Amino acid sequence: MDLNYSDEQRLLGESANNLLAARAQKPGATDLWKEMADMGWLALPLPEADGGLGQGVVDVAIVTEAMGRHRARSNYVAGIVLCGGLVAALGSDAQRAALLPGLADGSSRLALAHAEEGARYVLAHVATSAKKSGAGFVLEGRKIAVLGGDVADRFIVSARISGSARDAAGIGLFVVARDATGVTVDGHATVDGAGAARVTFAGVEVGADALLSDNAFAEIEHAYDRATAAYCSELVGLMEAATAATIEYTKIRVQFGKPLAVNQALRHRMADMSIACEEARSMALRAALHADDADARARGRAVSGAWAKVSRAARFVAEQSIQLHGGMGVTNELEIGGYLKRVVALDAILGGPDHHLRRHAALTNLAA
Amino acid sequence: MDLTFTPEERAFQQDVRAFLEEKLTPDLRRAHHLTPSVFSDPPVGNRWQKILYERGWAAPLWPKEYGGTGWTLAQRYIWEIESAAAGAPSVTPMGLRMVGPVIMRFGTQAQKDFYLPRILNAEDYWCQGYSEPGSGSDLASLKTRATRDGDHYVINGSKIWTTHAHNANRMFALVRTSDEPKKQDGISFLLIDMKTPGISVRPILTIGGDHETNQVFFDDVRVPVENRVGAEGQGWSYGKYLLEFERGGAMSSGRLRAILRDIEHLATLYRDGGQPLAADPSFALRRSQAEIEIDALEMTELRIMSSLQSGQNPGSVSSSLAKLRNSEIKQALTALAVDALGQDALYWEGRRPLYEMNAEPGIPEESLTALPEYLNSRAYTIFGGTSEVQRDIIAKVVLGM
Repeated sequence: MDLNYSDEQRLLGESANNLLAARAQKPGATDLWKEMADMGWLALPLPEADGGLGQGVVDVAIVTEAMGRHRARSNYVAGIVLCGGLVAALGSDAQRAALLPGLADGSSRLALAHAEEGARYVLAHVATSAKKSGAGFVLEGRKIAVLGGDVADRFIVSARISGSARDAAGIGLFVVARDATGVTVDGHATVDGAGAARVTFAGVEVGADALLSDNAFAEIEHAYDRATAAYCSELVGLMEAATAATIEYTKIRVQFGKPLAVNQALRHRMADMSIACEEARSMALRAALHADDADARARGRAVSGAWAKVSRAARFVAEQSIQLHGGMGVTNELEIGGYLKRVVALDAILGGPDHHLRRHAALTNLAA
Repeated sequence: MDLTFTPEERAFQQDVRAFLEEKLTPDLRRAHHLTPSVFSDPPVGNRWQKILYERGWAAPLWPKEYGGTGWTLAQRYIWEIESAAAGAPSVTPMGLRMVGPVIMRFGTQAQKDFYLPRILNAEDYWCQGYSEPGSGSDLASLKTRATRDGDHYVINGSKIWTTHAHNANRMFALVRTSDEPKKQDGISFLLIDMKTPGISVRPILTIGGDHETNQVFFDDVRVPVENRVGAEGQGWSYGKYLLEFERGGAMSSGRLRAILRDIEHLATLYRDGGQPLAADPSFALRRSQAEIEIDALEMTELRIMSSLQSGQNPGSVSSSLAKLRNSEIKQALTALAVDALGQDALYWEGRRPLYEMNAEPGIPEESLTALPEYLNSRAYTIFGGTSEVQRDIIAKVVLGM
């Protein structure tokens, strides 16, 4: 047991915070994805044999925490942890060699086309079909909330080869080029500014070499657990930044002839926000340390428990940050509302605390 | 960065389990289980502490030079988790966790040599003379007076909420030795022999029906000046240092997890129609929520402890945070336990101690403590500084004003 970051991890955190803090001063001036590629963050969790750095979720979480702190909204986790993780876990040597080096150096963007209408965060809910056709498959269906789908050049698509809509068995995973015949990408803005798409697959023919796995559910669930752990840390950075900004504001803003920060009702609120930050940090770390547990039940309990706690805490902190900024907090003239937007986006992506509390309970074997 | 145990740590875990298997007798487990008060009954806690002392395990939080275990973070964690899960009594914190660290840090060599071994081997039982009838949250307004008379202080006044004053042979107390413009000045930290003439103790019963706390009266009580810890008038800073240990610096999450296991047992015992309560979805969600809160506290405690050397004070924010969360989770758990009982929560058993009762109780024995524990646990967010005081402390630090 060791709860200390290594020197390399501390350096990673420092460089991530320095770069993103500088970038936050001149938003839009540079291409974030390219900078992340140059810093090696895209390569961070990918296998060394495929152009990656072979690091774990704890390292990824150090980067995402800095992203949360400095409002660097991107589809980093979706592209690298979800897509990169699935290709690394399921791809053949040839598929990994074809996809991962480009993902690592930023020249190719992947997006996971998994969620569907009516799925409500049930990861086994896949109605999109993959019918055998000669040596390959024909894909038919519609995907929503495809993070980064607006800019991706390839999609990792889940489609059902056998079974019915919510069966865990029979879910295949395919690589489909954006420009393949029958693919329609309906890119849209997202509440957090990161961007997503709805993607329709109408009779899309793919070869046998597009198939990553014909039974991918266990790896999809694992990839989502790793991604959720990384998002927990992003929220930690976000919460600490929102809390710090709120503390500073209440010390400067004068009403009734004194700074807001002298009022006990507000002081206690900010104490609760600080407690929420500390507990979120603990739970995010716990999730990252359990994200690759061999025992899928223990892993799911740790990760969903963490998300239930951290996302609720982040909602509290983000909402109260606006409240304590008063009318200005509700405007686009301050950055403070942006924190809440990201919290809303992540809850929409992963399911909020209610969903994850239910998953935690379902994974708890009370009879044992 | 790793939560898994090394082979050495797993071997230690086996040692701990073997020790608990051998030394934690069924009657000790039962006595712990059937104690609804905040602290262990002194005879029970002391029996356990003496067993720990023989093994050299009485003081996991003390430095080795004073008889501490010298354990690593992982070892302390394993010890807390395993002993709580096995249902071991807690040992009294007043000596080991409160006055001990103060004597170590601020006491004279003579005080260390005399008091510390007697704390370690449970020869002395301490009580805490802090609150007064007029000084609760505003502790620094305390008025119990210590007037210098030659080599003695003469004490007059009263302390209240004094846990186990009726069992203790010693008290550490904050007393006023002078009046200064700032109320925190002029307070001194004294060690008082409870057998000194002029001390009387009045019992106070809690809403759970337990005699745990008292009011203590001082009527011209003569205490040798050599029993003062540190400088005269500086007692407030020592008292605050002690409060950091009272509030934090331990692994309270292990005990909360043990309570959760007890609740799970109750949920199999009580039925809702044909189904055990454990199968009820709303119960399952409350149980999961409670477990998640415990997970968060455990990880926070591990983070705090990993940043400290043994014997070091936890710091005000860490200790206030741990105290707040521990007390709130404890209350939520005891409420869940009462809800699990259904109509049995109506049944009142006023006799004490429950573990010495021979008569067959009217409800299952394992249900007996749920109600008094729930009622008594209201005190958790009040003693050691109320939740509101803890939030004041945290706000002062994070706001820097």
